[in-house]
Amino acid sequence: MNGGGWSRFNIASVTAGFAFLYLPIVLLIIYSFNASRLVTVWAGFSTQWYVTLWHNQALLDAAWVTLRVGLVSATAATVLGTMAALALTRYTRFRGRLLFSGMVFAPLVMPEVITGLSLLLLFVALGVDRGMMTVTLAHITFSMCFVAVVVQSRLLTFDRSLEEAAMDLGATPVKTFFAITLPVIAPAIISGWMLAFTLSLDDLVIASFTSGPGATTLPMKIYSQVRLGVTPEINAICTILIAIVATGVLIASVVNKRREVQRRRDEQAAQRT
Amino acid sequence: MTQSFAPGADPATPPPAATSSGMHGFLRGLSGKLVIIVPYLWLLVFFLVPFLIVAKISLSETATAMPPYQPTFDGLTGFLSKLSSFSFDNYLWLTEDALYFKAYVSSVVIAAISTVLTLLVGYPMAYGMARAPTTIRPTLVMLVILPFWTSFLIRVYAWIGILKPEGLLNQFLLWTGVIDTPLVILNTHTAIFIGIVYSYLPFMVLPLYAALEKMDHSLVEAAQDLGCTPTGAFWKVTFPLSRPGVIAGCMLVFIPAVGEFVIPDLLGGSQTLMIGRTLWNEFFSNRDWPVASAVAVILLLLLVIPIMIFQQAQAKTQEQGR
Amino acid sequence: MAVKSLNSIRRNFSPWTDPAAKPYIQFENVTKQFGDFTAVNNLSLTIYEREFYALLGASGCGKSTLLRMLAGFDEPTSGRILLDGQDLRGVPPHKRPVNMMFQSYALFPHMTVEKNIAFGLKQEGMASADIAKRVAEMLKLVKLEQFAKRKPHQLSGGQRQRVALARSVAKRPKVLLLDEPLGALDKKLREETQFELMDLQQDLGLTFVVVTHDQEEAMTMADRIAILDKGEVMQVATPQEIYEAPGSRFVANFVGSMNLFEGEVTRRDETSADIQIGPDLLIRTVNPGNSERKAGVNYAVRPEKIRVSSKKPEETGVNSAQGEIFDIAYLGDVTNYNVKLDDGRIVKATVINSNRLAEDPLTWGDRAWISFKPDAGIVLTR
Repeated sequence: MNGGGWSRFNIASVTAGFAFLYLPIVLLIIYSFNASRLVTVWAGFSTQWYVTLWHNQALLDAAWVTLRVGLVSATAATVLGTMAALALTRYTRFRGRLLFSGMVFAPLVMPEVITGLSLLLLFVALGVDRGMMTVTLAHITFSMCFVAVVVQSRLLTFDRSLEEAAMDLGATPVKTFFAITLPVIAPAIISGWMLAFTLSLDDLVIASFTSGPGATTLPMKIYSQVRLGVTPEINAICTILIAIVATGVLIASVVNKRREVQRRRDEQAAQRT
Repeated sequence: MTQSFAPGADPATPPPAATSSGMHGFLRGLSGKLVIIVPYLWLLVFFLVPFLIVAKISLSETATAMPPYQPTFDGLTGFLSKLSSFSFDNYLWLTEDALYFKAYVSSVVIAAISTVLTLLVGYPMAYGMARAPTTIRPTLVMLVILPFWTSFLIRVYAWIGILKPEGLLNQFLLWTGVIDTPLVILNTHTAIFIGIVYSYLPFMVLPLYAALEKMDHSLVEAAQDLGCTPTGAFWKVTFPLSRPGVIAGCMLVFIPAVGEFVIPDLLGGSQTLMIGRTLWNEFFSNRDWPVASAVAVILLLLLVIPIMIFQQAQAKTQEQGR
Repeated sequence: MAVKSLNSIRRNFSPWTDPAAKPYIQFENVTKQFGDFTAVNNLSLTIYEREFYALLGASGCGKSTLLRMLAGFDEPTSGRILLDGQDLRGVPPHKRPVNMMFQSYALFPHMTVEKNIAFGLKQEGMASADIAKRVAEMLKLVKLEQFAKRKPHQLSGGQRQRVALARSVAKRPKVLLLDEPLGALDKKLREETQFELMDLQQDLGLTFVVVTHDQEEAMTMADRIAILDKGEVMQVATPQEIYEAPGSRFVANFVGSMNLFEGEVTRRDETSADIQIGPDLLIRTVNPGNSERKAGVNYAVRPEKIRVSSKKPEETGVNSAQGEIFDIAYLGDVTNYNVKLDDGRIVKATVINSNRLAEDPLTWGDRAWISFKPDAGIVLTR
């Protein structure tokens, strides 16, 4: 806070903050390679827990369920969320808009136990058998709101004159949407999809309420094992999940960064010509 | 995805029809209406109607049959006839049993303390990030978001191994000689605080960072130039200007923390009372759906005011952003 | 009258003086309201074919709204807009035979220069061979042949402007609307591009309606300028008329720099008038105007029409006064003087530095005479 630079205090608080955020995850990963059954006593390097995972059929089944639910719900949530974002940014006045925006934004902060319970009671009232379908419907509902927020923030900065230019040049409104609007906001839609997919992958509470026999998701499986105690197997499966997500996010950000750098280079080159 | 939240309370009162009068052709007509109607219907069916069902079931009699409540959904006539049989028994039950009251109070208290702790950890961090060289700021932001992408459950689980009596923290402290008997942290409130601060830190840091980053540092310099001490300048200039971020961050932590289930369940041990857990137990162990519904309704009512504060703060920051 | 002779300085094109000429674009009593705000207030305008027409005004004067209503992005609240005799009400933007060049250029970021230019042609359903031919023609016209495969972000500001231009004329619209076409360019590029735009308009024989807040730009390019304020037309005239014969104090002040002397007409006949400005200054003008009003009229005279000299002018008593040099701004090509007359009035005078060293060096506090010719200014009654 002294002057304009990055003071030692600033550096220390940022470093401490990141240490706090990352140390537990790093420790978890390290101990997944522990030879000992006791998670907290280091007894040498081993990959045996990863091997046992591979033979745990129940776990593999749960992973498969989670993956399918995630893919379907993320895709549907992206479509619905993008529509909701368009409705909110493009139509500033329609009957019931207040209720609509409330319904879009409330699930973002709603305690999961409430969302889960209410959806379960809906499915029971409708007489729907609980299973993968109900989990998927539940995941679509809460993750579409996250997609809507991501896409909406992109649409707010969208240059409307692009659409006007397209229509001015003779494109119909629908054609304009697919030829101009959609390609331009595509990056936001893709990150919305990724967010919806990870939310679905991570969810424990809502899945526990809305799932039925035969549709155990990976978080549910992990949770039931965690309640029995800390084991290196759980560390191993957590490490795999972290690795998958981290790889995905890192690839996305590296690709983004490259594109950004290339773009800046192009722009500089353009100024010189 | 933090600053872009709700436009919140919409000042425009809805006009009589779904006309887009000011709007020129874009998605005019049927395709335009579909964009509103499809997500609207979806949210009505899967978000609003379920709440009404919860509210309704919370008013129905407990029955031993499966599903464990008397269904009151047999058409309009059935609905009307059942209307008289609505009972507030479940709510009375909640007031009679001190367990529920204690659970609500301790949920709010734990969430409030955790929110303050998160703010204390998050503010210096966000401030440091906002003052970092512009070249590394995007990387720092990504590093804050990255844990958010990894599973919540996994992150909470990671702390069990650290906080256990024979866990890594105690091993470390014993090794350094700071303590000679292991500390009991797991299954206490301290463990819940750590868990909440840890899990929700990104939600606090990101809005704070967004508010602090766009703040012009020359304001602080001007204050100091006019005779303020650095501390004085912080409290008189920096902090007030970051208030929308503080409010948004605190609400983003407080609201979900009140209803938190995983953290108290895994880190808090059996004696911890939090309402999310009570609801879960009421539902899965006692199979008392009406009481679980009543618990949910009251939890929701508790959160209405913080949610409104949050939405208003968001609307304000959005206005300023433009 | 003097005003009339001004018309023919530019190219020989003045359909607005011909009562038989057919109007091409007509705004008839157009009003546009956004909620409580009236952007355009009961406004009527007539634009002729092949005209280069400028809408000039400060931001918020309603000029962009006029353009957007012509393009079809906004509909008038009342009144109507005719294009070649056809009422445009209810015709959506994509069916109007007008094209627009946007202030932000609105180039599609995900398409190459070529694809951007071809976009409008594709919507028309033109055969792809013809599209290719037309695109090549357009690229040649704006001298961007070697940039065909680039994307907008790989172009400089000037190049983007030319792509936007090529894209908007590719469909050969009847009317081209230009919203601050040169606003985003730096000064030097702007000056070059002005002439390119004028040549293009001549070559293609199009009607141009351009919105601008830059008077120099409007003066350089336009056949006629409409000066707008608060959604109303203040004056429509050629650049020369606007500058030399503004119709009102607002226009006189808005365009360029102006001295306004408020006084009373003491004598008036067909060809001249006398105006008494305070006790010391009597103005005799050969442009008496046609209003009968006597009190509270203004005599408007441009600074460059006023001479400043330390010597007493040959004829005193009319169109001259004495004062003190109050401020001097040396700008290189010209020097601006503020002369404080003995009655306290400040007069702006611009002197061209036609010699490297001034013959009559004046400095702060010097006594000096100001004087001007009988045809230097005009009488304003509004």
